[in-house]
Amino acid sequence: MLSTLTFLPVVGAIVVLLAPSDSLKKWLAFGATIATFVVSLLLLPGWQEIPDMQFVERYAWMPDLNIYYHLGVDGISLWLVLLTTLLMPIAVAFSNQHVKENLGGYLALMLLMETAVLGVFLALDLVLFYVFWEFSLIPMAFLIGKWGSENRIYASIKFFLYTLAGSALMLVAILALYFESGTFDLLALQEAGLPPGLQQLAFLAFALAFAIKVPLFPFHTWLPDAHVEAPTAGSVILAGVLLKLGTYGFLRFALPLFPVAVADYASLMSILAIVGILYGALVALAQRDLKSLVAYSSVAHMGFIVLGIFALNEQGISGAVLQMVNHGLSTGALFLLVGMLYERRHTRLLKDYGGLWASVPVFSFFFLVVAMSSAGLPGLNGFVGEFAILLGTYRSSPIFAVLGTAGVILAAWYLLHAFRQVSQGALTNPANFKERLPDLNWAEIGQLLPIVLLFFAIGLAPNFFLDKINPSVAALEVVQTPVVGDGRLVDSSYLPSLTSGKRSWSSIH
Amino acid sequence: MDTALLFDNAVVLLPELVLAVGVLVLMMVDITRRGQNGSQLLANMSVVILLLGIGASVMIWSRAPVEYLDGAVSDGFAVSVRLVVLIAGVLGVFLSRNRFPAIERQGGAFYSLHLLAIIGMMLMGTATNLIVLFIALEIFSLALYILSGFYRESPRSIEAAMKYFLLGAFASTFFVYGSALLYGAGGSAHYARIHETLATGGGNPSLVWPGVALLLVGFGFKVSLVPFHMWTPDVYQGAPTPVTAFMSVGTKAAAFAGFFRVMMTALPSYHDQWAMPLAILAVITMTVGNLTALRQSSVKRMLAYSGIAHAGNILIALVAGTVSASAAAAFYLFAYAFMNIGAFAVIIALEKHTGNDNDVEQGRLAGVAERFPALAAAMAIFMLSLSGIPPLAGFFGKFLVFRAAVEEGWAWLVVFGVLNSAISAYYYLRVVVAMYFQQPEEVGDEKDPLDIPVSRSSLFVVTVSAVAVVVIGLQPGLWADLLRGLGQ
Repeated sequence: MLSTLTFLPVVGAIVVLLAPSDSLKKWLAFGATIATFVVSLLLLPGWQEIPDMQFVERYAWMPDLNIYYHLGVDGISLWLVLLTTLLMPIAVAFSNQHVKENLGGYLALMLLMETAVLGVFLALDLVLFYVFWEFSLIPMAFLIGKWGSENRIYASIKFFLYTLAGSALMLVAILALYFESGTFDLLALQEAGLPPGLQQLAFLAFALAFAIKVPLFPFHTWLPDAHVEAPTAGSVILAGVLLKLGTYGFLRFALPLFPVAVADYASLMSILAIVGILYGALVALAQRDLKSLVAYSSVAHMGFIVLGIFALNEQGISGAVLQMVNHGLSTGALFLLVGMLYERRHTRLLKDYGGLWASVPVFSFFFLVVAMSSAGLPGLNGFVGEFAILLGTYRSSPIFAVLGTAGVILAAWYLLHAFRQVSQGALTNPANFKERLPDLNWAEIGQLLPIVLLFFAIGLAPNFFLDKINPSVAALEVVQTPVVGDGRLVDSSYLPSLTSGKRSWSSIH
Repeated sequence: MDTALLFDNAVVLLPELVLAVGVLVLMMVDITRRGQNGSQLLANMSVVILLLGIGASVMIWSRAPVEYLDGAVSDGFAVSVRLVVLIAGVLGVFLSRNRFPAIERQGGAFYSLHLLAIIGMMLMGTATNLIVLFIALEIFSLALYILSGFYRESPRSIEAAMKYFLLGAFASTFFVYGSALLYGAGGSAHYARIHETLATGGGNPSLVWPGVALLLVGFGFKVSLVPFHMWTPDVYQGAPTPVTAFMSVGTKAAAFAGFFRVMMTALPSYHDQWAMPLAILAVITMTVGNLTALRQSSVKRMLAYSGIAHAGNILIALVAGTVSASAAAAFYLFAYAFMNIGAFAVIIALEKHTGNDNDVEQGRLAGVAERFPALAAAMAIFMLSLSGIPPLAGFFGKFLVFRAAVEEGWAWLVVFGVLNSAISAYYYLRVVVAMYFQQPEEVGDEKDPLDIPVSRSSLFVVTVSAVAVVVIGLQPGLWADLLRGLGQ
């Protein structure tokens, strides 16, 4: 089942390349992503709320070297897999409308990308994981370099080399782990435990790779370039899914394998995360280009997720997992909206807009909802994730929580600033008049609607999602034996448990 | 000598014998058709002979290692290297079939020298005796000197041959001198006996060091380790591209095979002492190779420097000095054969289109992806594989070598290795960027050469190599089982 899920897009890519006409390619690519989405939905009916890996597949790949083709999914990866399979058809649908040049290659690369990302989320063997991890660079670099805007070649090379160099040392660390414990298997390594000295070094090697991918301050410089130059669907996938590979890496590999080192470096990582939150938000405020504003908002939001992870308690980590999904949805939607606007006006500068509510109300409505979700308005998805993260952070360090909260305020500021600049005020620029600027069509609404509905679903019924996440998070060693923070400061018995069943449903009705 | 002994275990050398007979037949055929132009028949014969050679290697594949007359052995390492050399040879012949005027004119000489070089290279991997090793080295070196200068009208080709020959002769003398000293140290030319003598406290250990140092110069020249690499870019660029393609892989495989066997069977007891200098040499070789490759505008020169960097990578396996490390090196060379020859095959296919008979400038690659989508895609695969991006063959070559080195505690060396891989990604990526992302600057002035179709034999090599690189990458376990190390 997981193999079908992972490699269905590759089959789609091959079929798309062989298809004779562009219109057929469009339908095939869209069909392949929808089929993948359907397969991923099949994970839900059989889902058990247990900490263990489910739907596990394990075959010998290089048996002499102890390398296995080992896939599995648990509460941490489940929603990320579904996020990927949901965003892909949306991104493909958007591309089908707007990409003109070399469509077949573009769609095939998108599909390869999906396989690479799903592979990273599902792999339980370090070598298999590394293979998917590195492979995910190629389609993205091509998408940016071939279909991006003016400065695309620079952005593509920067993205590729930056992330490649970051993960080089991880390979050495993987080999070192192997010779320490004789296995590349994540679960077996977790069982075995590693000596603290090795943990320190290996954590640094892994953390560098993940921090660049996230990107954590000060490793974020590739991100604005890549985002601004990437084609819209590329940005959606980059922000929506690819950045999650970094935070997922921390959760899946760094936390379980190196608990001692994680405890040692948690404060440092949290501080970097907070610097990223504040820096990203302030820089976003100063942007004149709507797309780079969204790009910098990603730096801030991803900082939040890292902050939650390194709170090292159940609330923080569960919130971080949920926030990964939230950020994927809301930032993905923001990039879609920016792309839709750009396709109409061919400018992304804030000063070219203003008063769009009068001319394109449907667009403006969606923009408002998405901005609110990104800013963490209660009732929408962003609030649940941020609240849980801040709760968890407060438990481990109140100061970090206070600083993080400042980030929430800044986020509301720059998002409302963007909304005001684009949609409110007087409609002065004639190019934006109703006659010249068509509103969203049904296809575009169709792309945005599933995301917006999920905003409400997660916002109003977070427990449906959290209940699947929590068992796996609670089983993490760093959560079970808290090593950081002052537990007495806030007694855990006062904290509302996030696993308490259907309470939020009943409180709504 | 007892004549029975001559035939006992002679099967060890079966592939070499098949090729030797083949060369003789080829020359006979060439004589009978003297005066006729065209060498397609000879090329086809060479392919058949090489395929018979591969068949012979497969026949002796699963036999237990035996030694023939104290001079050659048929262990897993020997047959693996043989396979690499033979595959490089077959692909090289297909690349030579492209109706190059010089090769068409003198096909007999070209293909018999090509086969002779292959015999020498195969022998390098099997030799267990310094004298056999030297003979093997000279057989393939002399053949390659002539082949590099085969474009007699091209000054660059002549320059390449001259440079290669003079420096090569110089390196050979070092090599002979080193062998002589090693013979003096161990009292025998046979590796195992040298080891035996030295390990039991006999012989003359003070000669080991100068002997190894001089041998290192000889081997370092052949596999182009820094600082013995100066000839590489000029020869790679000047030599006919099919020869460069074959030579870049064959020489490396053969010389490394010889190097591994000498160091690991004659001098394993000195491993602690020779490992560190070789490790330093590996770091220098990788770094200098990669940093210089960054600045090349000719794709052939870029590949020459990349070849130097790859030699540094393979040297890491020798530093580790275990059986599994030698198997890893065999895998690396196997993968390298396909990706490197594939890259040269693309160059051959594009040479005429980019207005140069024997090279491709990187700037001229702009827009190639639009005109030749299949060639560009294959080239992208080769470039990504050379830089070690999974899941392609090159990644697993590096992975296995690095793994063997970490196992022996050479983690710091591997750190240099992976960082160098990251550097190398830049210049490999530049080729991809040029082909896919850049637009050709002026199109108008050379419309005509664009219409020359790519020859079928080049396409064949490109296809086979690309498929091999992908298949090896997706199923590395299969090939890692097949390719074995010393004594296995």
